Amino acid sequence: MAVTRITHLVRSVAHREGNIVVRARAAGPVLPTIALGGVLALVACTTPGGSADGEGAAGDAELVLADGYELGGYNPVAGFGAAGEAKMYDGLVRLTGGEGMPGFEPALAAELPTANDDATVWTVTIRPGVTFSDGTTFGPEDVVATYEAILDPASASEARSSFDMIDEVVETGDDTVEFRLAYPYAPLVTKMLIGIVPAEAVATPGLAAESTLNSEPVGTGPYTLVDLSPDRAVLEANEDYWDGAPEIKKLTLLYVPDDNTRAQRMVSGEIDGTNLPPLLANTFEGKDGMTVTAQTSADWRGLSLPTNNPVAGDPAVRMALNLAADRQSMIDDVLGGHGRVAATPYPEVYGEAYEPDAVFEHDPARAEEILTDAGWVEGADGIRVKDGQRAQIALMYNSVDTVRRDLAQAFASDALAVGVEVDLEALSWDRIDPRINTDATLLGGGDEPFDPDTQSYDALSSVFVQPDVGSVYANASDYQNATVDAALEVGRRSLDQAERDAAYREVQDAYVDDPGYVYLVFLDHTYVSKDAGWNMSGPVLEPHAHGVTWGPWWSLQSWTRD
Amino acid sequence: MTTVRDGRGKRPAAEPGTGPADGPARTSARPDAASRTAGDDAPSVRDLRRGRHRDVWGMVRRRLLFIVPVTGLVSAGLFAAAKYSPFDPLVGYLGTRYMTTTEADKAIISEQLGLDQPWYATYWGWLQDLFGGDLGRSRSFSQPVAQVIAERLPWTLLLAGAGLALAVVVALLLGITAGVRSGGLVDRAVTAVCVVVQGLPPFVLSLAAIAVFALTLGWLPAAGLSDGGSDPTAGGVLRHMLLPVVVLAISQVPWLLLAVRESVVTSKGEDFVAGAVSRGIPTGIVTRRHIVPTSLAPFVNIVGVRLPELVVGAVLVEEVFSWPGVAGAIVTSARDLDMALLAFLTIGTTVVVMVGSLLADVVVALMDPRVSTDG
Repeated sequence: MAVTRITHLVRSVAHREGNIVVRARAAGPVLPTIALGGVLALVACTTPGGSADGEGAAGDAELVLADGYELGGYNPVAGFGAAGEAKMYDGLVRLTGGEGMPGFEPALAAELPTANDDATVWTVTIRPGVTFSDGTTFGPEDVVATYEAILDPASASEARSSFDMIDEVVETGDDTVEFRLAYPYAPLVTKMLIGIVPAEAVATPGLAAESTLNSEPVGTGPYTLVDLSPDRAVLEANEDYWDGAPEIKKLTLLYVPDDNTRAQRMVSGEIDGTNLPPLLANTFEGKDGMTVTAQTSADWRGLSLPTNNPVAGDPAVRMALNLAADRQSMIDDVLGGHGRVAATPYPEVYGEAYEPDAVFEHDPARAEEILTDAGWVEGADGIRVKDGQRAQIALMYNSVDTVRRDLAQAFASDALAVGVEVDLEALSWDRIDPRINTDATLLGGGDEPFDPDTQSYDALSSVFVQPDVGSVYANASDYQNATVDAALEVGRRSLDQAERDAAYREVQDAYVDDPGYVYLVFLDHTYVSKDAGWNMSGPVLEPHAHGVTWGPWWSLQSWTRD
Repeated sequence: MTTVRDGRGKRPAAEPGTGPADGPARTSARPDAASRTAGDDAPSVRDLRRGRHRDVWGMVRRRLLFIVPVTGLVSAGLFAAAKYSPFDPLVGYLGTRYMTTTEADKAIISEQLGLDQPWYATYWGWLQDLFGGDLGRSRSFSQPVAQVIAERLPWTLLLAGAGLALAVVVALLLGITAGVRSGGLVDRAVTAVCVVVQGLPPFVLSLAAIAVFALTLGWLPAAGLSDGGSDPTAGGVLRHMLLPVVVLAISQVPWLLLAVRESVVTSKGEDFVAGAVSRGIPTGIVTRRHIVPTSLAPFVNIVGVRLPELVVGAVLVEEVFSWPGVAGAIVTSARDLDMALLAFLTIGTTVVVMVGSLLADVVVALMDPRVSTDG
């Protein structure tokens, strides 16, 4: 313990510079929210229009959105817009919105891609007559070049691992491209959302982070970037867009890093919308002319329980902790009501692939019973002991993420209630790395939520128990369950949707009988927008990443006004 | 660092202001001192001033030469420290993908980015680029370092320059007032306010300022350079910079003000002031001619040395006011170990602090003849 304390001290000194900003954010939800709440009440009765004196954003066919994320870095080869949210690019396919699981429709592909029998070769027909924003014509060579650039080690692409099933991409005709895979992969279409860049832009191998595409994107998308400065990106509608010119002609993105400042600029009426943390977004509830949107996501938070850990690896402890966690109160208290209970990595929106019975009730009494039956008996200090082993687990979380901190704290108190001590440790990822297989970690996921395979395979497959396979965070619990493994493989390989759905339901059934993690919640991402009478296309399931490229604006290129 | 040798500087010179205050004992300790009131025909004031200027120039030259090895050491130390720091640059580079990137791919990326090289190889490469006129590329911002700096530095200079100027003026006016009447009502009020403000983090001040002046009163825009992301205009920027400049100034005022007050109080107790008062010179003149000039020297020094405080203040103020300055880039580049950018910013800051303290010393040396020029 003493050693840990010292490490913390050293870290806090080492991180001083970083912490300045972090502290500003960390304090955000508490004090300034209260202050802001008061101000909101004041403003509501005095200056509803605020002090905006630029061209009134509402009324014109333009939008001004404030984002908490740094602008620039618009290179798909470096992983930008991998879920198809990039406004300057199109992928081969794009998402269709609406409630539930999003579907896919062809974008730069002329029709949805088709696979051979074992899902190892995929053929894509290219949409004809599309041009890039630099005037050049889009063709199969651009598709080949984009994917080759992502996979080229010289690019050092951040997205490389996500495409490791792709062996090669080959131009097989004037308008066809073939994806040849290293192993059968049924959900390949999820890897076709990423934007396509012109072959000329990636002709010279080099670091993707150094490409000019980062600040001068060239794509086929509905918008083109016309101005980029550190605080502002201005996008204009692509009047020649193959799917029709967008009605919103101008989109201005402002970089406003501080959550509270974004809220205040929203109050002042100067911007049309922004992403805000749940508690801050709630302060806009019921305000005239403003809408608070909570978008469903598959962005889960949960904790690993490593098999190697003498406490966390015990099946009885794993089950008991799942029953002890009061997930609904975490949603109410930590997430301001904007979240959903998680039992497995599969959210309810997965429809047929979701097993409604695979859930954990909040049942602390049953949890205590299970622990006692398994030989974990209460010691003098209220913490259980079995064969001299104290029921004590270290839970690591990334120190910059306040939601993880709050969830970890809530979980620790739930665990303590059934006699399991959870010691929290705030660390940076590189400090968590070496201990990932021995101590519990508060994890997040849902980077690629548009198929059950991309959502769950890395977390649950025992393939990753081998030390050198995948990321150290893949299957952080070193979870091994033969039924789960077999069903995950069926889901990965089968091209029959009904068979896949059944396989994932089987995974969930088997998992809840033998849990290896404590999945806690799925976050809803919260946004505030000014009402302006647009007909929007409805919501879409959101990945882990969020910002104003998601939210109600994910499909703004297709918005219409009567 | 200049040293005040309390009247026994090795090249003492006459100064009209302090001359009359020097008692006989001191004059005898400095036989060469010229004193107008004494009416000796020692070298004229002009000659002494010329000699003084020569000394100051010597100091400037020596210090400028000194900057070269210091920046060399600082930059080498920076690259070495970065290599051995607990931060993994891949965490910053990969962002949220750090967790999903396979170990094999992490190794490939490390190799491509040169993260596996020893620090001196990275340093050498950086030096070669630097002397070839290439500042390198920033990984964090996916831009050339020169562009990152060119786009952001002017905004920081504008904000920090205006903030510091305002803070200095306020600190001088209030600090002298408080120091001259130390223990009085103004002094106690000002000191109390300073202590309170010093305890308030700048981001709280910033948010409060936005809440009051932008939202409640509607007098000023909340943040940014322009309203709703329209093209910035001179008038618009002026309106938008008012709040951040004032907040930055307020956050810097306490330590400046307390320093002024402190040195005024100290000067007040000196013999030459007592002498002046005992000779019946009016209080106003004693304050203006005797106390203030001698109090300013340590103050100017403090402004020079504590420039880093200003940078820290600017980081927070820029973040809250979404001011597109360079201060945030310092934090980002340090967190990501974005060496090209971090090295430039660190060395830039080092040079600014050294030149700042040199300028302060020059001003002090010219203002206060008792100060030696470290020659």
